[in-house]
Amino acid sequence: MKKHMQFILNGHEVTAEADTRQSLLSLLREEFELTGAKEGCGEGECGACTVIVDGLAVNSCIMPALEASGCRVETVEGLAGPDGSLHPLQQAFVDFGAVQCGFCTPGMVMSAKALLDEDAAPDEETIRTAIEGNLCRCTGYKQIVDAIKTAAEKMP
Amino acid sequence: MSELNYVGKRIPRSDGAKKVTGQAIYINDLKRPGMLYGAILYSRYPHALIKSIDVSRAKALPGVRAVITADDVPEIPIGFIKDNRPLKKGKVRSMRDEIAAVAATDPDIAAEAVSLIKVEYEPLPGVFTPEEALAEGAPLIHDLDFKGRPATSNKVKLPWKLVCGDPDEGKSRAKHVVEHEYRTTFVSHCCMGASGVVAEFDHDKNLTMYSITQIPYLAQGDYLEALKVLGLGRSKVRVLCQTIGGGFGSKLDTHCYEFIAILLSFATGKPVKILFSREEEFLAQATRQPTITRISQGCDENGRLTFREIKMLLDNGAYTSWGATTPSVMMVPASSLYRVPNVFYDADIVYTNNLYSQAFRGYGNPQATFAVECSMDELAEAAGIDPAEFRLINANQPGETSPQRFQITSCGLSECIEKVRDGLGWDQHLAAKAAGNHATGSKARGMGLASLIHVGGGARVYRSDGHGMIMKLDDFGKLSVFTGAVEIGQGTESTLRQVVAESVGLPIEDVNIVSHDTDICPWDVGTHASRQAFISCNAAIQCAGELKKKLFALAGEQMKADPAELEMREGSIFRKGAEDQAMPLLKVLKRAHFSTQGKMVMAETFYDPPNEMLDKEMKGNLSCSWAFGCHGVEVEVDTATGQVKILNYQAAHDVGKALNPLFIEGQIYGAAVMGTGMALTEELRLDHGKVMNGSFTDYKLLTAKDVLPVTPIIVETFDPAGPYGAKGIGEPGCVPSSPAIANAIYDAIGVRMSELPMTPERVLKAIKEKNR
Ligand code: FES
Ligand code: FES
Repeated sequence: MKKHMQFILNGHEVTAEADTRQSLLSLLREEFELTGAKEGCGEGECGACTVIVDGLAVNSCIMPALEASGCRVETVEGLAGPDGSLHPLQQAFVDFGAVQCGFCTPGMVMSAKALLDEDAAPDEETIRTAIEGNLCRCTGYKQIVDAIKTAAEKMP
Repeated sequence: MSELNYVGKRIPRSDGAKKVTGQAIYINDLKRPGMLYGAILYSRYPHALIKSIDVSRAKALPGVRAVITADDVPEIPIGFIKDNRPLKKGKVRSMRDEIAAVAATDPDIAAEAVSLIKVEYEPLPGVFTPEEALAEGAPLIHDLDFKGRPATSNKVKLPWKLVCGDPDEGKSRAKHVVEHEYRTTFVSHCCMGASGVVAEFDHDKNLTMYSITQIPYLAQGDYLEALKVLGLGRSKVRVLCQTIGGGFGSKLDTHCYEFIAILLSFATGKPVKILFSREEEFLAQATRQPTITRISQGCDENGRLTFREIKMLLDNGAYTSWGATTPSVMMVPASSLYRVPNVFYDADIVYTNNLYSQAFRGYGNPQATFAVECSMDELAEAAGIDPAEFRLINANQPGETSPQRFQITSCGLSECIEKVRDGLGWDQHLAAKAAGNHATGSKARGMGLASLIHVGGGARVYRSDGHGMIMKLDDFGKLSVFTGAVEIGQGTESTLRQVVAESVGLPIEDVNIVSHDTDICPWDVGTHASRQAFISCNAAIQCAGELKKKLFALAGEQMKADPAELEMREGSIFRKGAEDQAMPLLKVLKRAHFSTQGKMVMAETFYDPPNEMLDKEMKGNLSCSWAFGCHGVEVEVDTATGQVKILNYQAAHDVGKALNPLFIEGQIYGAAVMGTGMALTEELRLDHGKVMNGSFTDYKLLTAKDVLPVTPIIVETFDPAGPYGAKGIGEPGCVPSSPAIANAIYDAIGVRMSELPMTPERVLKAIKEKNR
């Protein structure tokens, strides 16, 4: 059954008709064509689908879309500036080799963003905890952690 | 060599921005007009006869456009020895056997339709280990062998045998001999992007495959074969690779699901997408080749190896993919890791009712090196020599030819061992141990080493190991480079861009890499064997030479200069030594183009490396440069819980020349974590052929919290055959992790771990056995 919903998506007020069984990930990908967030497992186990809802990083594959009603939803597509300039986190990911195949990257970046919104100067342990739920098969995580650390230092 | 502008620099990857903004299009993100969604029904039994299949209810479901079984389609033989079919007829031989497939207007309908298919089975007794499969009276999994003759046993008839020198003589000369058995298991690639494809026919019945293959040109050949069977002998196939969410060897074969997508698209006349769920990925994406290895080796009184003998038993699973060919690379460390004059290697590959295996980063090398390097430590102990010293005594040296006839041109193995030893504080550890004041007891500490050899200059496993390339300069001074290379995340396109900019003499921003399209880009054998940077960059250097010949001929005319004296740097052409009188490339190109009888500048090349196929005796210089490395770890073993913690991880690699240290470090970090996963946590558990842990909750990948303190050490030896001296680094980093860790555990607690993964349960069990 479809229900009407309203929320703020990357700073814009939007409306949608969401099925009661539909996940937020599916709504974002299918209805809004925001395909940055990825489905790596569909079970809440890999973090590839991470987006930010009201300041918290969530696995959008297991969050019912309707639960985002009235919330502030941020996806990776909303990070870069209006002129296309990369967010410091995105820039650091590129500069530090934190991206290889890139499949985990949008989720990883959003987990990091939620962390830095909360804690402007996290230590390594905190960073690693924040991205613990984001699996990456390519990088071994080191360059990702370095990127997040550097972005934190650079961000105003 | 004059100063380098781009090569050797830490230049961030060119597809980075696309990937961090979510703009990169993966197979998951691709939609085609009118596209249908495919789903596959897998077997419920590991070994059974199919008595009947009833698809009527599935067909009747609204939204379903096609339901197919083996009865509806012609037989398409697939796999390395063509013993597999996309859809199985009459009999299933493993839990992943594809029985039927559906195409529907939406993925949920397709899944529902699959659940409505009724299959009647008659279960058969199965065999689930190679030993069982070889036992007298074991059920035969295939009635016919691959030549169509009645099968007499479950052995796959592939002749993986190598004899070098005189192993008996080597044995009789040995002062110390050790022998042991090592086992490795099923490991999943776990690409974060699961498998998927879109197959689409146009109205002329030409096929486009939107694909994630690592071998677009070999795949093109496989698909063409399939089309022939479908009566489409004149059809063309175009393979368009999407952004690929991880490869690691999993995309080196063409898989059942790809052919099923073709069949469904053929049946419906619509584009059909198949995208695996994670559960499906664990079940139906072939694994790393499991092994049972019996190894013995010996050395003389000076610690010099006199012989090595290895017998392997490989679980082939029910069908034959590239897993069955991994002995070709297992032989590499068997014969040529360290100097060992006399070698015997033999592998038996046996059908079972398990999942079948395929290529996986290292191509069998990690499994073989696990045995070789653990055994090296055992032998060092038997000979009373420090394991690091023992390795240095036997280390390969440049200029040698190994008994398998590998020509080792550059070799930094000794330097790698020494650097790792220093990075670990090995000598201090030895001194502390001798003085009895290192950590023992419930938190015992120990150190271990393991080295590696791997192909570093391509690998002639097919008749051609080549790479075609086209370069085209446009009217705006920009260069397009058409390459068959596939980017699977390792950064090959970005490396290639650096090398092109360097060797042509252009600003890197003016170099545009065009790839992933078999219609446009020339042939390449595939992204495998750590070959892509080596081969494509060599092709680039060769092609740049051709391009500049043509360009300088034109520029010479315009500048009244001898073309042989010209050079280009950052898009300026000048006479050597007269950089101040340069002419911009753009001007030369425009003048040449916009004149009567105008000319444009393009060049093409095909680079095929000077390496050899193995001969009938399995000898020959398989790769034209050889990669070496050494990993060393310090561990802390909790003897109460069996938990192994890695305190220090030094990873030294002889990369020839680091074309981009940022990417090389990325390969080392990633591979070391992957290798450590294989060593400590990763195992796809099968019970009577059934996957017991097909999810990320149950299949333990290392996470960011499992801090692995890896220090990458780059050793440069400048290989004469390598582009700017470089050799391959894609696979080597995951090869020595398991034995290095096993050796460190032994050093810490005196327990020899001989089975992977070395989970806490297994460590505890081994401790108990030792104390018994
Ligand atoms: S796709 Fe959501 S956690 Fe894996
Ligand atoms: S970059 Fe490939 S999974 Fe993280």
